[in-house]
Amino acid sequence: MGLDKIGIAKRIAQEVQDGTYINLGIGIPTLVSNFIPDDINVVLQSENGLLGIGPFPEEESIDADLINAGKQTVTTTAGSSLFSSAESFEMIRGGHVHLTILGAMEVSESGDIANWKIPGKMVKGMGGAMDLVASADNIIVAMQHCSRSGDSKLLKVCSLPITGIACVKKVVTDMAVMDVLPEGGFKLLERAPGVSVEEIQQATEGKLIVEGEIPEMQFD
Amino acid sequence: MINKVVANADEAVRDIPDNAVLMLGGFGLCGIPENSIAALLRKGIKGLTCISNNAGVDDFGIGLMLQTKQVKKMISSYVGENAEFERQLLSGELEVDLIPQGTLAERIRAGGAGIPAFFTPAGYGTEVAEGKEVREFNGKMHLLESWLKADFSIVKAWKGDTSGNLIYKGTARNFNPMMAAAGKITIAEVEELVEPGELDPNNIHTPGIYVQRIFQGEQYEKRIEQRTTRIR
Repeated sequence: MGLDKIGIAKRIAQEVQDGTYINLGIGIPTLVSNFIPDDINVVLQSENGLLGIGPFPEEESIDADLINAGKQTVTTTAGSSLFSSAESFEMIRGGHVHLTILGAMEVSESGDIANWKIPGKMVKGMGGAMDLVASADNIIVAMQHCSRSGDSKLLKVCSLPITGIACVKKVVTDMAVMDVLPEGGFKLLERAPGVSVEEIQQATEGKLIVEGEIPEMQFD
Repeated sequence: MINKVVANADEAVRDIPDNAVLMLGGFGLCGIPENSIAALLRKGIKGLTCISNNAGVDDFGIGLMLQTKQVKKMISSYVGENAEFERQLLSGELEVDLIPQGTLAERIRAGGAGIPAFFTPAGYGTEVAEGKEVREFNGKMHLLESWLKADFSIVKAWKGDTSGNLIYKGTARNFNPMMAAAGKITIAEVEELVEPGELDPNNIHTPGIYVQRIFQGEQYEKRIEQRTTRIR
């Protein structure tokens, strides 16, 4: 039941608009780049100082001095540019990066996101996530609808330390596509194939808004 | 031209005392001053405050200085690749300031640029905001963040000349240029050290004014954290 990670990435790729600059977080968001249609031209930003992320290198052309924010070896493409971390975040803070796609541990119905810390257990740090969510106009979250133990990750209020407040615009999970409304609430837009509105309702602790018939996601 | 060349890494770090505040360039293991870190390990100074985006991995980069307990405090944005770091942090042995990456980069830039503080929206409404002045600009809330400076900044460049001009390669630039400007004494290690005039002034990333000592690193391992490739 529901989508796998590839499915979530494929669905998010449908949101990508031609002519935009995009920052992709680590994990599912990175996979999105594999499914952007050929006729959609975008430039991917890596916050460690690269615009125009190319594909992974062939074995013989690996360059330790060329990595993405996930520390993976990458390549440049025709038209790429390189810069410092300060300039990179000037682009982000200055609103020049149009879309940020990132993962989350929790999202609240008011658009808060938590993804950097589990007190007493896991402290990886926020990296660039707090800067990205504070500044991007459009923020899409890619995540599983529920934790491994079955608890909803779409909440009324985040239980974990938050990364940013009232910033998430859209959430794509293994079960559903939802807009986060400015006045609060997850507005259900689409269901994953074979997933019912009732199942989504049960898996969503935060306020779920269902209006009319909810279509299934469409994939080519 | 002023000659800033020192013989090697050991001479470059010769007078860094215990309890010094250091900046170390790099993102992950990319663009880190590996020869200088090796010299700091040999020197054995303790109680260091290290400002660096990451803390290396368990057996390379700043991670090596954590193993030897030379670091008292880390100021970083992301430390996820280092089990020893996480252990020392959760047990309270190591002080850690985690700072949003863009705020960290800008605080360092501000230190070198003589700007004591600035407002940024990053971290508003989170625990990063605790104790900080908040001000609204254009309907959006911002936090007041202050500059960062170091007793010694240690950076790594691809090429440099004897007067301290530096050129970085690829994404190994990252935090190095801002740190070069924010150190009271800046040490630059380079893969290739050349005479003044051999680097095109149009291509200099860090002007030599920021650099007090420069040397050519003996060797570079340039370890890769995530070796990802595609099939031809």
